[in-house]
Amino acid sequence: MTLVRHELRQGWKSFAVWTATIGFFVLICVFLFPEMKSEMEGISNLFASMGAFTAAFGMDQLNFGTLTGFYAVECGNILGIGGAFFAAMTAAGILAKEEKERTAEFLLTHPVSRTRILTEKLSSVILQIVGMNVIVYGVAIGSMVLVGEEVPWKEVTLLHLAYFLLQLELAGICFGISAYLRKGSLGIGLGLAAMMYFLNLIANISDKAEFLKYITPFGYAEGSDIVSKGCLNGSMLLVGMLFMVLGIAAGYFRYCRKDIA
Amino acid sequence: MSAIHTNNLTKYYGKARGIIDLNLRVEKGEFFGFIGPNGAGKSTTIRTLLGLISPTSGQGTILGMDIVKDKNDILSRVGYLPSEAVFYSGLKVKEVLKLSADLRKKDCSREAEALCERLQLDGKRKVEELSFGNRKKVAIVCALQHCPELVILDEPTSGLDPLMQREFFDILRERNSRGTTVFLSSHVLSEIQHNCTRAAIIREGRIIACDSVEELSRTNAKRVTVHGNVDLKGLRGIRDLNQMNGVCSFLYSGEIKNLLQRLTEGTISDLSVAEPNLEEIFMHYYEDGGEQA
Repeated sequence: MTLVRHELRQGWKSFAVWTATIGFFVLICVFLFPEMKSEMEGISNLFASMGAFTAAFGMDQLNFGTLTGFYAVECGNILGIGGAFFAAMTAAGILAKEEKERTAEFLLTHPVSRTRILTEKLSSVILQIVGMNVIVYGVAIGSMVLVGEEVPWKEVTLLHLAYFLLQLELAGICFGISAYLRKGSLGIGLGLAAMMYFLNLIANISDKAEFLKYITPFGYAEGSDIVSKGCLNGSMLLVGMLFMVLGIAAGYFRYCRKDIA
Repeated sequence: MSAIHTNNLTKYYGKARGIIDLNLRVEKGEFFGFIGPNGAGKSTTIRTLLGLISPTSGQGTILGMDIVKDKNDILSRVGYLPSEAVFYSGLKVKEVLKLSADLRKKDCSREAEALCERLQLDGKRKVEELSFGNRKKVAIVCALQHCPELVILDEPTSGLDPLMQREFFDILRERNSRGTTVFLSSHVLSEIQHNCTRAAIIREGRIIACDSVEELSRTNAKRVTVHGNVDLKGLRGIRDLNQMNGVCSFLYSGEIKNLLQRLTEGTISDLSVAEPNLEEIFMHYYEDGGEQA
């Protein structure tokens, strides 16, 4: 537990900034809803008639005039991107930073096995992701109650669950990548998260690119699908969780054999 | 049982040489020196022994335990002082020491406090604000606070002022007299000469000599310094000749009789004949690839 505690302490500032930022924007968005609702009739029609742009953000399947529809798109963009960046960045740095900042020598000359180091570091990443999601979920529900809307429990919970799993998948993959890196983890983490996001936009626009939804975790975290179907896409989720497990396994495999510079 | 024992330990970084067929034996309780220039393989040896990198071939044991299989058991009984001490930024000195102790699952607070006091290290400072020398002190405390059976030191004195160096070696000698084995890697020869009982010299990844410091320093060469005029032309066994302002100095390993003859023929106001220091012998090891002078 020493290392988990240490990592949480080291990552505290980044965690606080990202959680506060995402929470703040979710709050703002929900607070904007009552005002927008009255003007929604026109806007919904507008949003529904922007062709590929509409499809890219799943607005063809959603009614922007309801809290669920509004939240699915807004939350999808804030928590989806923000959470993905935070998870990818934290996980990509968790192993690589030791070598980049040259603290690996200190850490690895203590009687702690590499497996334990990996497990504790991974736990700290997961704990941070869980923490962020719990707080943002609380903020979302709280702000809906505050603006006097009825909370669509099932949809909101499913959406948040999907984003949570998306973040876990990205974190797992980035954790694996991290074991292979010595520096530059930040760029790779953010780049991967952004790439996954755009893959999903492409998949939304073109039917031929539908298969991309199985590659990017944004596929099963698509707000419009979740809201309209009332559940997560099991097969996409399964593929995603497989990627996560493979990423983590690659991380363990590599780091236990790595020559530390 | 030896404190450190390696058997043809070899490490290549891809094709680049690290260490080749290293055979080293350090007995328990020794104060052992490990000398070599930059890039000779000193740090590679240490990093392989500590399991930071895995050997390409060969075996090694520390305190009778295998360096690959029993890494954790070894690390819990060894203290290591890296040549470049880097710590997690944002932590105070005290917190770094506590973290190190926690990772060892030991309470070392009393020993840490005593060491900090002797080294005049302020526990409340943040590590990233410390000078190189003060960071080194933090590393020293980390290496010693859990009272390990073996301490491995990689160029320990760089950055320490002379008074601190003395205090540091006092601490090491005290530990050594209580049974701690000390493995000191350095390119500062006087450190090795003053503190170690035995030493190994490493050059281009291979051990080229390993003996007691006394034996390593023993040579039939003398450092001769002559004030005045003397004709040395044609005299065999002269090396490292320096002539300046009527003073000439050289290492002589030829027949003493021949030298004396030349000296009597010259006009000399002063003369000294002394044992060369380890530095000079060391240079010789490097230049000639290890033949005894």
